[in-house]
Amino acid sequence: MKIRLEHLTKRFPNRNKKIKTEVVAVNDFDIEIPDGKLIGLLGPSGCGKSTALNLICGLEAPSEGRIYFGDEDVTDIPPEKRGVGLVFQNYALYPHLTVRENIIFPLQNLKGDKKLTKDEMNRKAEEAARLVQIENLMDRRPGEMSGGQQQRVAIARALVKMPNVLLLDEPLSNLDARLRLQTREELSRIQKETGITTIFVTHDQEEAMSISDMIVVMKDGVINQTGEPQKVYDDPVNLFVAKFLGTPPINVFEGEVRDNKLYVGENDILDIKGADDKKVYVGIRPEGFVLNPAGRLKCKFVRVEVMGRDTSVIATNEAFLGESIRAIIPTEEKKEPADGVVCFDVKPFKVLIFDRETEERIYFEA
Amino acid sequence: MKPELKKNVRAWLYLLPAVAFLAVFMVYPLIDVVIYSMEEGYNFASQTYRGTGLYNFRFVLRDPYFLQALKNTFIIVIITVPISTGLALLIAVVLSSIKKLRELYQTVFFLPYVTNTLAVGLVFMILFKKTPYSDGMINLLIKLFGGSAVDFIDGPYAAKMFIMCFYTIWVVMPFKILILTSALASVNEIYYKAARVDGTSPFRVFYRITLPMISPIIFYLIITGFIGAFKAYSDEVALFGTNLNAAGMNTIVGYVYDMLYGDSGGYPSYAAAAALILFAIVFTITAINLMVSKSKVYYK
Repeated sequence: MKIRLEHLTKRFPNRNKKIKTEVVAVNDFDIEIPDGKLIGLLGPSGCGKSTALNLICGLEAPSEGRIYFGDEDVTDIPPEKRGVGLVFQNYALYPHLTVRENIIFPLQNLKGDKKLTKDEMNRKAEEAARLVQIENLMDRRPGEMSGGQQQRVAIARALVKMPNVLLLDEPLSNLDARLRLQTREELSRIQKETGITTIFVTHDQEEAMSISDMIVVMKDGVINQTGEPQKVYDDPVNLFVAKFLGTPPINVFEGEVRDNKLYVGENDILDIKGADDKKVYVGIRPEGFVLNPAGRLKCKFVRVEVMGRDTSVIATNEAFLGESIRAIIPTEEKKEPADGVVCFDVKPFKVLIFDRETEERIYFEA
Repeated sequence: MKPELKKNVRAWLYLLPAVAFLAVFMVYPLIDVVIYSMEEGYNFASQTYRGTGLYNFRFVLRDPYFLQALKNTFIIVIITVPISTGLALLIAVVLSSIKKLRELYQTVFFLPYVTNTLAVGLVFMILFKKTPYSDGMINLLIKLFGGSAVDFIDGPYAAKMFIMCFYTIWVVMPFKILILTSALASVNEIYYKAARVDGTSPFRVFYRITLPMISPIIFYLIITGFIGAFKAYSDEVALFGTNLNAAGMNTIVGYVYDMLYGDSGGYPSYAAAAALILFAIVFTITAINLMVSKSKVYYK
């Protein structure tokens, strides 16, 4: 089901009662989420993404704005009538009930002509269990299962009523690294199999990038950018989005545009067109560096770091903002420079420049 | 000395103060009680007895005063434990769901707990007692609604039992409310949210989520409630004075006390026998409680 949020805003009174100003958790959300897609709501901790999820779910009422499921305005409809399934961060499985009882629980709440017989309930529960592959765990209690299994039960419980929208709050954050990889594939598969519009919240950009059809990047309650993950990565609208996406993160320098050249410190690293002369931030993706002894960007060499598949050169530069520059290079080029200076050329499309004041992206032609 | 043995010796050394204390003030008296209960015709002054056997138990079980005490105790237990626990649960649930004036109500409900039992007993007497000069507050109210005055303190047995149970419930409830309120607060909010998303009705949320989650606490209150009610004595004294046999409101513990120090005192053997009977009753009831709880109580 298509979801449309119109000027959605949520304000909370300040926790400190003496302060009269309100906290704006979600600020003027205005997006359309296409039917049957997997959407990642991405942002740092405390940016209001969980609140946004709660608004869509109906656990919180918005201060302003409307929420539409398809063409229906559901803003004033309680959660149980919206047809949503919600998976909580810590799963919220009822610890005293077995897996089967947990999954059946939502079905037992149905009243009137929606009421199901025992057999129908069992059949539906088993169907949901099969979808998340936990059919053999039906008689266990949540405490007797691993985090990954509990996660699956939580998803099955959210899916058993075949909701129009599936919402997941930080679904993978309680799992260990290996299980996280596995489970995110699983999530993607379940979403594709059911075709249910799914929104999940995460602060882990890798997670969001890997499985989402579309990501929504948030900061301080405001949507910064929406779009396909790769597109947002390649073409961020501001410094925040550029910094937030990508591991290792983008390298940011203080720089300047002067006479159609891009300077980082004293080095003119790139010839550019179409950008006014001004001081800027220069962001270079780790994969945007090319080792070249005659390269235009000169940095002080620190060390070479090999981590599994990636080889990085760690270096410093006076204009660099932060600890150390990280440049990913092909493994075979790994060698230490004799004089302690390492020189790079940069790939123009991996270089992003931003206004110093607004931090907005400045577009240029290479 | 072997290191293991040395370790054990040291462990026992550490335990010695506690063990010695328990041995003198718990184990020895317990054994003594059993011995007393078997000594027939024990004379307190000369510290002599005729022989040993089960006569003391036979005497106690045939003593009409003991049977009256047994009956009173059972009535108090059966009426007050379920009502006080149920009512406390109800009040705790309501308290947890209100926001305004919550602290005020909490304080009001907790007051009986910090008030002296005898003082409360006095207040109850004033409220319920009928004297030549006044009928008491409650009787005024009864008459106002067209009933006839009842003497709750010196009147018919049912009236006395009613006031006894009323008083007991009133006294034991604050502690239960306090415990249950904190138990309710400890249930993670997230379960209620999950239930809300699934459209669970409030009654079902209470019955299927809240109740199982706090069941260990409820069970704890029931067991300690049973034990406490079986040991009832001071509340009876507060309402009816020290001559409980005359008032027909004696309890088992009261009977034990009377046999030791009361007007008919000086019979430690009968007291010991009655105490052991009480122990057997409490033990049995607690064992039954534990068995029932195995299937009903959810432990993490």
